[in-house]
Amino acid sequence: MLGDALLLQLGYNATLVAIGATLLGIAAGSTGTFLFLRKRALVSDAISHATLPGVCLAFIVMVMLGGDGRNLVGLLLGSAISAWIGLVCLSWLVRHTRLAEDAAIGAVLSVFFGFGIVLLTVIQTMGSGRQAGLEGFLLGSTAGMLWADAMVIAIGGAVTLALILLLRRPMTLVAFDPEYAQARGLPVARIDLAMMGLVMAVTVVGLKIVGLILIVALLIIPPVTARFWTERSDQVVLLAGIVGGLSGFVGAAVSASAPNLPTGPIIVLVSFGCFTVSLLLAPGRGALAALLRHLRFQKRVHLRQGLLALAQGQPIYEALTLRLLRRAGLARADGVATDMGRARAAKALRDERRWQVVRSDQAHEAAAALYDGLRDIETVLTRDQIAEVDRAIGSPEGVPA
Amino acid sequence: MNGAEFVPLSLPPLLIGIFAAIACALPGNFLVLRRQALIGDAISHVVLPGIVVAFLATGMIAAWPMMLGAAGAAVIAVVLIELIRRLGRIEPGAAMGVVFTSMFAAGVLLLEQSDTSAVHLDVEHALYGNLESLIWLDATGWGSLLDIEALRGMPAELPRMAITLVGVAVFTLLFWRSLKLSTFDEGFARTLGIRTDLLSFALVITAAVAAVAAFDAVGSIIVIAMFICPPAAARLMTNRLEHQVAWSVVFAIASAVIGYVAAGYGPLWLGAQDAVSAAGMIATVSGLILALTARFGPCRHRSGAPQQG
Repeated sequence: MLGDALLLQLGYNATLVAIGATLLGIAAGSTGTFLFLRKRALVSDAISHATLPGVCLAFIVMVMLGGDGRNLVGLLLGSAISAWIGLVCLSWLVRHTRLAEDAAIGAVLSVFFGFGIVLLTVIQTMGSGRQAGLEGFLLGSTAGMLWADAMVIAIGGAVTLALILLLRRPMTLVAFDPEYAQARGLPVARIDLAMMGLVMAVTVVGLKIVGLILIVALLIIPPVTARFWTERSDQVVLLAGIVGGLSGFVGAAVSASAPNLPTGPIIVLVSFGCFTVSLLLAPGRGALAALLRHLRFQKRVHLRQGLLALAQGQPIYEALTLRLLRRAGLARADGVATDMGRARAAKALRDERRWQVVRSDQAHEAAAALYDGLRDIETVLTRDQIAEVDRAIGSPEGVPA
Repeated sequence: MNGAEFVPLSLPPLLIGIFAAIACALPGNFLVLRRQALIGDAISHVVLPGIVVAFLATGMIAAWPMMLGAAGAAVIAVVLIELIRRLGRIEPGAAMGVVFTSMFAAGVLLLEQSDTSAVHLDVEHALYGNLESLIWLDATGWGSLLDIEALRGMPAELPRMAITLVGVAVFTLLFWRSLKLSTFDEGFARTLGIRTDLLSFALVITAAVAAVAAFDAVGSIIVIAMFICPPAAARLMTNRLEHQVAWSVVFAIASAVIGYVAAGYGPLWLGAQDAVSAAGMIATVSGLILALTARFGPCRHRSGAPQQG
């Protein structure tokens, strides 16, 4: 069943939803990257909640004009207008009052959403259950998706992607260093607004599929996931788009494969799965890689300290040190050095003495700055330099057995 | 309106609304100052999976297991946010966004998967609560407030919310000095021997308790609004923390009363038939108050910033 779903064999509606969700995921992932890099990820939360009053007002207006009230384009237009008003309120609060951005986000989010709920109850009392469907915008509803709805999503997603392609350089610059961008003469405020406008577009387009509460997840999770894998911003944008698109596609397919699997939440959970895997397994920034790095470092410190202790004939009490020395064949279980251990210990002690000379000599200042107690001196000095240092130390003394 | 109508129908929801508003606004003051305002938002989202899990575990809609489940979910969320922030070296806002949306999605999924058609548990209810339905049928008038028999029939949310409010107020009073110090100068507070990390966690837990109790009675939208709007509006009124907290309580009460009345009677005055959502209206009123203070509040500008429009 799931295989059929992944191959788009589950019928017309499921195919439409899968294509729409994929496009939405790609657009949301790449747009969200700039928001994430700008460290304003949660602004999307305010924008998405601010769409609700617009949806309701658009519905009311369309009904009053004698229309159906459920025309997707009309509803999305309304939601875009109210999201834009919310955004303007947000930036006004941040710019003209002492409130921090998070308080402004929370205020806009809760007030607009609360007002939207008031309007929802107004619609419920307006008559004959025609509101059916508006609640779907809270959590998304893909059951009755039409060809026209899918086209709206596809066109919206494509336009968003095109705009990102156009604006990616200025947006990246502003995201990383707004002051520098300002000094270069870029209109930072306007670029920020454009960034938010793109986020708004994605939110509005995504209302139908994932709903306004969960669209935030599609804007935040893919960029955070992508950030684990690369240090380059253009690659983060690309990867976030891929992660978002994949989550959208797999999520839509999974949700079509069995009953009672709502599309929006499944898409979010699939992307959260990608995030968890990346958090744990990504090379470099992942948790497992960090743990391995830590263990390797710990091993080096213990071996080094153990060798120095052997060289100076001190007993080793630390169990881990002893175990590491034994496993490397440098010491016996009772803490006595093997032949190889004695040789390595003598070398370690000699290196330590060499470092002492290097660090006390102004001429080696650059090399001395690299001293961290672990670095092999051969990686810092040439053989000739080491020989010179050795002359300063004098001839070797015996290592006590 | 006379007591015979007011006491059973409007007094309990009004009081619950006021208590919930104050209980959220008190910790909200510190959260806004510490730039953690969105913790309230995150908590109110993750409450949903907690409640659903509690329902699945006990098989019934009962207050205490649900509150425990919600509180547990809030703690898990706070720990997860911190874990992801540290392990992944991600900025707090994004870490929060990852956690609360995912947990909310899991809650919705659980809700859809389980058979809750027989009980009143759905996402809409979680979002806007049901303030209007908390009526006190045993009351006959003001005299019922002194009648033990009638008091027993009071909606259980009212005493629960009152206890929560007392708890939050006691926490705020007891730790007033430490909270104030660590909010404004964490380094200094630490040199005085205040465990700022524990205090910060305790503040979040207090906020979570207030949020969960209020959520049970009035839905999550009021919770978010009351965490942020009254304290933010109060922040624009004064430079002293004591006054700010006092203002925030005034604003919270004003939002609850005006919002409730406007939702219940406003449509009637305008000639419509039915009331609108009280929770939504209270949030809207708190936003209007914030808008007024943002425009006219005496301390609305950043200190040192040039005076403008």
